[in-house]
Amino acid sequence: MADTNKEFKEVRLQVPVQQEDLEKLEIGTIVYLDGVIYTGREGVYKRVLEDGFDIPLDLPALSNVNFHCSPAAAIEPDGTFNVGGVTATASFRFAKWMTDWFKKSGAKIIIGKGGMTSEQYKELYVPAGAVYLTTVGYGTGALLGRGIKKVRQVEWYEELGNAQAMWVFDVENFGPFIVDSDLKGNSLFEQEGKKINQKLDKLYEGLKKPALSRYGETDDRSDELI
Amino acid sequence: MISNKVIKDTAYQIMGKAAIDIPQDYRKGIEFMVQKEDGLSKFVLKTMMENWDAATEDRRPMCADSGLPRYYVKVGNEAKFEGGPIAIERALREATAQATHDIPLRPNRVHPLWRTDHNNNVGINSPEIDWSFEPGVDWIDITTVHKGGLFGTDYRMLFPGDGIDGIKRFFLDTLVSFGKRGLACQPAVVGIGLGGSKDTTMVLGKQAACLRTVGEANPDPEIAKLEQELKEMGNDIGMGAMGFVGASMVADCHIEVGYTHTGGMPMSVHMFCLSSRRATARIHADGTVTYRTDPNWFTPYMRRETTGWEE
Repeated sequence: MADTNKEFKEVRLQVPVQQEDLEKLEIGTIVYLDGVIYTGREGVYKRVLEDGFDIPLDLPALSNVNFHCSPAAAIEPDGTFNVGGVTATASFRFAKWMTDWFKKSGAKIIIGKGGMTSEQYKELYVPAGAVYLTTVGYGTGALLGRGIKKVRQVEWYEELGNAQAMWVFDVENFGPFIVDSDLKGNSLFEQEGKKINQKLDKLYEGLKKPALSRYGETDDRSDELI
Repeated sequence: MISNKVIKDTAYQIMGKAAIDIPQDYRKGIEFMVQKEDGLSKFVLKTMMENWDAATEDRRPMCADSGLPRYYVKVGNEAKFEGGPIAIERALREATAQATHDIPLRPNRVHPLWRTDHNNNVGINSPEIDWSFEPGVDWIDITTVHKGGLFGTDYRMLFPGDGIDGIKRFFLDTLVSFGKRGLACQPAVVGIGLGGSKDTTMVLGKQAACLRTVGEANPDPEIAKLEQELKEMGNDIGMGAMGFVGASMVADCHIEVGYTHTGGMPMSVHMFCLSSRRATARIHADGTVTYRTDPNWFTPYMRRETTGWEE
């Protein structure tokens, strides 16, 4: 973990990323990207993996970086694009599709929000040789928007709508991102969460429990609950 | 007579201001918090501040999840405006659609079942428009808030016997659960609704988070003390931005109350994120417009306790 006296390890990678690039990444490394990236989330995953449509891009030759996001973008009447910013969406919701998506797309980097547990990374990401980058603070939409130099194409805009369509971007110095999971499946979020958990009991000390519990505070449905 | 065109143009303007320019009060709150942080937590907050600068310089939205744009309208009791409230609602819907395309905002709003997207953030019950009134004035205040829509909010029916401990526990429960992995996009302005009917509890908490400024205390000194205590408690969790180890969960804590059922103490918690987007405009009777970031929503009239109101 970084401390005040230590500079963060920072890398800039060319997409498609190579195996040796991925090996350099440790949890907590700051990453910037150059090249081509694409968006894909539940709409795309369902269409490809459940409804059987072919991916309309030459993956992974074109790009092996999949961003879990929807851009704040509009298509002008003349067909040109206006991209304001991009901000990630929470990735754990897409876990059930990832194994098949890695096989179909050859993706090696997933960018998103919130990450997953080390157990999930080891089950889904490590076998695919993929790493997970998290966006920073979750709201750096303007900085990321600056990094998008051009919209190359948009696929399935009519079918899936603006938010779920596949947007393909040329990016330059696109970031920052933080490595949440490396090739071994370590999880930065999980490690940080564990440190925080150690303090939690003390935090609640002396606060009496409410008269009635809720589901979630017990698994026993025969308890009297609110 | 305030023309409908002025109302629409003004709503369009504040949509852009809210999406792009972080309110100064929130920024100051974060500038203070960043001093207490180091390591990754500090890196995250500094990056967020750079992001606000980039948004303002480029005139692009600070966050691409431009949330669920909505409006709060406060109408002066003496205000005269063209077309009545129906025309105001139409103007706000038109401004939303236009601003969504022009800024651009993400067209987040879809039908909950069919996922139909009109690509303009307008649909059934969208954008929400909350109305309030103000005695003795002839202006109209319009505030827009763009708040994220997924994480950071919870509701619970507590009982009087649960007391302040119950409030503190539920506050911590909500912050800890949504703070992990930073799902609440903290540091946040935490709004708490206490009392009222259940729906009022939710509305008050949401408005407390979104319509009061960082640094502003509840006028009831005992409630103000509780706000401060909860703020400190939230920042003592040991968590910061993105759920990393840190001390930045709560930029400020605001409580709003409503008279409630004698047997209950319903409570809601809402977290307005690192991209706390709000902008307000006052349309004066002569059609001139002034812009600000403090909605000044909770006026003494809004918090009145008695049957009548002395102007």
